[in-house]
Amino acid sequence: MEEIYAKFVSQKISKTRWRPVPPGSLQTAETFATGSWDNEENYVSLWSIGDFGNVDSDGGFEGEHQLLCDIKHHGDVMDLQFFDQERIVAASSTGCVTVFLHHPNNQTLSVSQQWTTAHYHTGPGSPSRSSAPCTGVVCDNPEIVTVGEDGRINLFRADHKEAVRTIDNADSSTLHAVTFLRTPEILTVNSIGQLKIWDFRKQGNEPSQILSLTGDRVPLHCVDRHPNQQHVVATGGQDGMLSIWDVRQGTMPVSLLKAHEAEMWEVHFHPSNPDHLFTCSEDGSLWHWDASTDVPEKSSLFNQGGRSSTFLSHSISNQANVHQSLISSWLSTDPAKDRIEITSLLPSRTLSVNSLDVLGPCLVCGTDAEAIYVTRQLFS
Amino acid sequence: MEELDSEPTVTLIPGVNSKKKQMCFDWGPGEMLVCETSFNKKEKSETVPGCPFIYIIRKDIDVYSQILRKLFNESHGIFVGLQRIEEELTGKSRKAQLVRVSKNYRSVIRACMEEMHQAAIAAKDPASGRQFSSQVSILSAMELIWNLCEILFIEVAPAGPLLLHLLDWVRLHVCEVDSLLADVLGSENPSKHESFWNLVTILVLQGRLDEARQMLSKEADVSPTSAGMCRILGDLMRTMPVLSPGNTQTLTELELKWQHWHEECERHLQDGTFASSPHLESLCKIMLGDEAALLEQKELLNNWYHFLVTRLLYSHPTVKPIDLHFYAQSSLDLFLGGESSPEPLDNILMAAFEFDIHQVIKECSIALSNWWFVAHLTDLLDHCKLLQSHNLYFGSNMREFLLLEYASGLFAHHRPSRLSSDCCSLWQLGVDYFDYCPELGRVSLELHIERIPLSTEQKALKVLRICEQRQMTEQVRSICKILAMKAVRNNRLGSALSWSIRAKDAAFATLVSDRFLRDYCERGCFSDLDLIDNLGPAMMLSDRLTFLGKYREFHRFYGEKRFCDAASLLLSLMTSQIAPRCFWVTLLTDALPLLEQKQVIFTTEQTYELMRCLEDLASGRPVRGEPGAQRLQEDIENTKLEMLRLALARNLARAIIKEGSLEGS
Repeated sequence: MEEIYAKFVSQKISKTRWRPVPPGSLQTAETFATGSWDNEENYVSLWSIGDFGNVDSDGGFEGEHQLLCDIKHHGDVMDLQFFDQERIVAASSTGCVTVFLHHPNNQTLSVSQQWTTAHYHTGPGSPSRSSAPCTGVVCDNPEIVTVGEDGRINLFRADHKEAVRTIDNADSSTLHAVTFLRTPEILTVNSIGQLKIWDFRKQGNEPSQILSLTGDRVPLHCVDRHPNQQHVVATGGQDGMLSIWDVRQGTMPVSLLKAHEAEMWEVHFHPSNPDHLFTCSEDGSLWHWDASTDVPEKSSLFNQGGRSSTFLSHSISNQANVHQSLISSWLSTDPAKDRIEITSLLPSRTLSVNSLDVLGPCLVCGTDAEAIYVTRQLFS
Repeated sequence: MEELDSEPTVTLIPGVNSKKKQMCFDWGPGEMLVCETSFNKKEKSETVPGCPFIYIIRKDIDVYSQILRKLFNESHGIFVGLQRIEEELTGKSRKAQLVRVSKNYRSVIRACMEEMHQAAIAAKDPASGRQFSSQVSILSAMELIWNLCEILFIEVAPAGPLLLHLLDWVRLHVCEVDSLLADVLGSENPSKHESFWNLVTILVLQGRLDEARQMLSKEADVSPTSAGMCRILGDLMRTMPVLSPGNTQTLTELELKWQHWHEECERHLQDGTFASSPHLESLCKIMLGDEAALLEQKELLNNWYHFLVTRLLYSHPTVKPIDLHFYAQSSLDLFLGGESSPEPLDNILMAAFEFDIHQVIKECSIALSNWWFVAHLTDLLDHCKLLQSHNLYFGSNMREFLLLEYASGLFAHHRPSRLSSDCCSLWQLGVDYFDYCPELGRVSLELHIERIPLSTEQKALKVLRICEQRQMTEQVRSICKILAMKAVRNNRLGSALSWSIRAKDAAFATLVSDRFLRDYCERGCFSDLDLIDNLGPAMMLSDRLTFLGKYREFHRFYGEKRFCDAASLLLSLMTSQIAPRCFWVTLLTDALPLLEQKQVIFTTEQTYELMRCLEDLASGRPVRGEPGAQRLQEDIENTKLEMLRLALARNLARAIIKEGSLEGS
């Protein structure tokens, strides 16, 4: 992890996302989007790490990311997702959900669609609506699902002006994040430590399944699904713990891994190499978790500065009936063997790392210290 | 009180005529509020319309630009690293560390300066271009001062190396020469370039003798007449004794060699070796440290401190730190020559040459428009153990005072710019600065942190984390309470309950629980089951919350047809006095269907208990004969009671029979 580039950008970064590469293409990631928060004016920005024609001969700009274009965003950017190659969906603290369109010809961004009051509170006894922050968004062309502090779930379609489906009072507490399980099912996490599965085919506002952390009701802040094994889900909590869940069985996490010292803001499986997982936290750290069974010999060198994981609880009930080759390395972990190697990716601890994204060999993350870090050699 | 050093500057408030109206003000953190009062100096003159505005006056507004945010963020990391430098580190390694930290700070300033410079070039309108340029000159002055302080106070260079450092300092800050050098060398015939001699002179003035020699050889190549002279002067340049870092020679040796060399130069001048070339002769004079010859090059020297360093180089190369101020003062006087008076920057540098750290910091505080510079420099010097003795007559020591000012400024950043006031984006940096102020940092943080607007829960969580890490329980409670109140206002009872549980706020949990129960009575069903069903140990926070949780449990038992469990839970809710009195009617009514079940659920014992509860309730009710709706309500209640009495009596009978027959068999 020798080459990690930092750039100070004069705004606190709340979200970073790679632009997806076209399916089947051999290109590596070269464009990413960021959203800012807590500034006087917030922006959604697009950056490029691609080489420019006129790179300094002495390598002055080699590897550093350059701003392509940006656009003002009303309110904090709470979440950001690429809808497709050109469109970015942004969730705002004003409850608004905006689709931005990127015009590559003249490098500009414009608003292509907006749902202004996607999330709102209704005061007691009064019809007046006050906006509620939209905390999470997830896209699966053509669908967009948003969740918010109002406990509401919205299902939008890119070509519809109104929400296709709204579940009011889906949650009594704040919904922090959402992801697709398998269409048309989604997964949400909330501030009382629950993981809920919703099926849009079902009417009513009841989830089809609730899984929860026992006891302390520690809020969950992020969720990601294993890219190949859709029943394997990872969540991160307020206490910095990483939980691995098998949504097919049980209502409790399969394993709880002690991780960061403060809120885990994001967790991501590597999309094409899912034995690798990445987490970032309020405590200013960014970790790479490697659960691949064939840890190469060089690992002792590679993992310098890392630490081994501690298993707190483990409760796989009955795995015998699952075919051996199908067992995910995340579920089959034997508590007696510390097989997960953890590496810290940032050179020194900073303020909160709010967001990260991985694509191929590239990783990008953004911090409250107003810096964006990029590396292009994750597995070097 | 210390007396004022200079007259304070006057700031005019637009729209307020201070001759006619009086103004009032109030101090805030890093800023002040000013408005017109309705008090008049004379009794009746308020026909003049007043100024309707309240003004926020801030001293350091100019400095909060986008680019400077990078300075704040990057230097924050350096600052935190510095505070963690092991105290045990002593001697050389500690000094090396501190010098490295100082260099890091300077490189951040330089990076900012460069970006600001680019911005100035790229600026579209001249006004903003000027603004950027003025920022560049401020930053450049900062770096200049910092660098000198680094040499004198942190590096503490002794005689000999001191001059080498000062030379580097001048070379770094008078850097136009490099572009000139490239320009001249790039031309077809360098020695015929119009600035050729200027360039050679500057190189000599800066002590870059190797480069100067190369330039002279170019001149020698094209003009055979002066080739000999150039060679001689070149030899003089080559043989000038200098202290090189790796060399082991003593200062005395160096001084001796230098004396010889100096005499040789002098001899050449007296012999008139360079008489036919005024350029070369003046170079030779410079190398002799001739003051008049140096002052002739005022234009090329730019400023008095360059003059000072060149003068030292060619006349006192082994100057001791203690003698610096003497040469500095005379250089300043000679250079200005009574034509102009020293600027603030001159005074600051002079104070540094006098090794008067406090004067440096004081002058900087007055001259610079923000606290960044003095706060960080003072902190660094404090780590060098240079400020121990100095205590202020107010607050804490100087380091802490300046850090507090700076950190408060970070918290105030952007705040007043809008009425919605949801922007103060540098506050997270300020927290760490407060942490390292042992005396007043904590109190300041407590006061500031409560004033951060909590626009989203995520932001609130970040603030909470800061408070929890520092065991600021009072602030944690207050933040949670704010969020709980907000949630109640938004009709988000589940959220409100979560926040009051997090704050361990029993009173508020009771209030929210009551809202839940009231909603239940009105609607006949519970909302937010996902929360209430999963309260766990948090249920114990308040009696009402326990009741809410248990009452819901009763409904669950009932729904699952676990009637016996439901019955005993219901009874215990009343007998243990957890259930509020006003809710007993509801609970007893809930018992009705259980009493009417086919099988007997309540035992005789339990039935007696229920009857006692019912009679307690009935006897406690005031008997009033009021007309209207209330009367109707009372009738309904009475009917309910009668029904209950009947059901209880029937259940008692069945229970007696059942228990009797069971025992009998």
